[in-house]
Amino acid sequence: MMHWIIAPIILPALLAPFIVLAARYHIIIQRAVSVAGVLALIAISAGLAWQASDGTVTLYQLSDWAAPFGIVIVGDRLSTLMVLLTAVLALFVLLYAIGSRWDKRGWHFHALFQFQLMGLMGAFLTGDLFNLFVFFEVLLIASYGLMIHGGGNLRLRAGVQYVLFNLIGSTLFLFALGAIYAQTGTLNMADLAQRVAMIDATDTAGIRIAAVLLLLVFAIKAAIVPLHFWLPSSYAEAPAPVAALFAIMTKVGAYAIIRVYTLIFPPDAGVTMGLHTIWLMPAALASLALGMFGVLAARKLDRLVAFSVIGSMGMVLVAIAMFTPAGITAALYYIIHSTLAAAALFLITDLVRAGRESLVLTAMPPISGAALTSALFFIAAIAMAGLPPLSGFVGKLLILNAGLGTSAAVWIWAVVLGSSLVCLVGFSRAGAVLFWKARTINAEENEEPAPAPNALSYAAVSGLLVLLVAHTVFAGPAYSYVEHTASQLFAPQPYVSTVLDTPGKLSTPAKEEH
Amino acid sequence: MELELLVASAIGILTAAGMYLVLRLRTFPVIMGVSLLTYAVNVFLFASGRLTIAAPPILSDTVQYTDPLPQALVLTAIVISFGMTAVIVMIALGAYLGGSNDKVNDPDAEEQS
Repeated sequence: MMHWIIAPIILPALLAPFIVLAARYHIIIQRAVSVAGVLALIAISAGLAWQASDGTVTLYQLSDWAAPFGIVIVGDRLSTLMVLLTAVLALFVLLYAIGSRWDKRGWHFHALFQFQLMGLMGAFLTGDLFNLFVFFEVLLIASYGLMIHGGGNLRLRAGVQYVLFNLIGSTLFLFALGAIYAQTGTLNMADLAQRVAMIDATDTAGIRIAAVLLLLVFAIKAAIVPLHFWLPSSYAEAPAPVAALFAIMTKVGAYAIIRVYTLIFPPDAGVTMGLHTIWLMPAALASLALGMFGVLAARKLDRLVAFSVIGSMGMVLVAIAMFTPAGITAALYYIIHSTLAAAALFLITDLVRAGRESLVLTAMPPISGAALTSALFFIAAIAMAGLPPLSGFVGKLLILNAGLGTSAAVWIWAVVLGSSLVCLVGFSRAGAVLFWKARTINAEENEEPAPAPNALSYAAVSGLLVLLVAHTVFAGPAYSYVEHTASQLFAPQPYVSTVLDTPGKLSTPAKEEH
Repeated sequence: MELELLVASAIGILTAAGMYLVLRLRTFPVIMGVSLLTYAVNVFLFASGRLTIAAPPILSDTVQYTDPLPQALVLTAIVISFGMTAVIVMIALGAYLGGSNDKVNDPDAEEQS
């Protein structure tokens, strides 16, 4: 059995306590260990993605217990793709946190960061629903610490909202798991896929409730209207590098929806008939519209970016809610794009803070390093608004194209195109006020100009934007990869048989000896 | 039958009371509400393996046994919800001591600036 597949979970889980116990007072060692760990993570996840790229499903049975009795870690194309995306994002976020000295403004930034990575990786790799809950909690409890990193009243207050909302979400998750277990007697995803299909068509009330509860939980994570209320304050008040890392957390919700509703409750299953078309699609369109209107209405830059995250999650969910191979393909392409773009925008928000007393969108004297910051903002805004030539445009085209054949085609086209315009206006207004109008205002005479952000901060943000450009230039290979990923999701039989048929302890009942 | 009724209504009442408290404006009742909700879900998880009286939670020669898995799930859930509640109490205390009040909603516009 190959052990590499569990390395993305084990490595941060070992590094985090090491940082706390051995390098508590040495920020240099913490930084070195953290960066080295993330670099190793990128190498490992690239290897795993390469291994999964030919369609193999890698199975890891913890303690060699056979599924469904033991917990399994499963690596297929989708899991390894998300793991790789997380690792790459983590590197740039970490570099920014070091460059901007955010990691020195409170305690244990690097340890919490590693725990957060452990939770994220585990959530993407696990093949067991209860284990998914546990990893959700791991990533959440680390995110609570990161969210209030550096302290401050507003941040603590936003932290209270964030924690409470997620606690209630976790409770809902447990209710859903209990209902599923009561109905099927298993929580292993592959086993569930088989047992849900066997449920008597006349007795589906319990499993329907469970499916809807589960969708609600993932919708909270993905911040879909009307369950998005936690996001604007938390993301706006969180430290910039943390908010940038949180860009992947909403995608955990999207990932879980894709995984559970292709594997366990496939789109053609009778028990969840209508769930996607009647409920998920309108909610996704509403998130898209509301998020982009929020971009237009926001009075502060950090809130503006937070609302653009809601909008882009709406866009992802519009593509997912079609539940066709073309839709999921478009969603996966857009997930990569929107993670990188949202992270870059949150980091740029922090760059804008240099020399501005607040992020309120009114004209103030020019910030330090305005030329470079404004150029980066320009590129990131183009990406987020989905204008050519960057990958947001390609992703949007894919979503529109996938939506053509569906029954909601008119709505999809109208909302996607309309909200793009609104988003464009919102970002243009923000950029104009922040960077152009600033030049008409003179700084006070005897005021020292604030120091410009340092080179490492700029390098981290530029790195994310370079990745966006690469995602556009290599759109062909990227598209064919996510297309294969989507087709693997719609043919789950190899996944199910790999998980259930691999021998391990307990797989064959021992012969009775009397 | 009485046992099922008792457990089901206990879960229902705990959940209803928890939901009511969660919708309050101040942190203390909201945290109490979350605690009640986690109690409700713990009992619910426990009941998801069906209710059996006086049977061992292990496969043995006897025909009757209690499903052991929900008990393991409940243990995990208890530990997690306990830890999370401790975290939220600390953060809420910090927010209350640092700010002027313990409301959970977004601060007003003038408070923000």
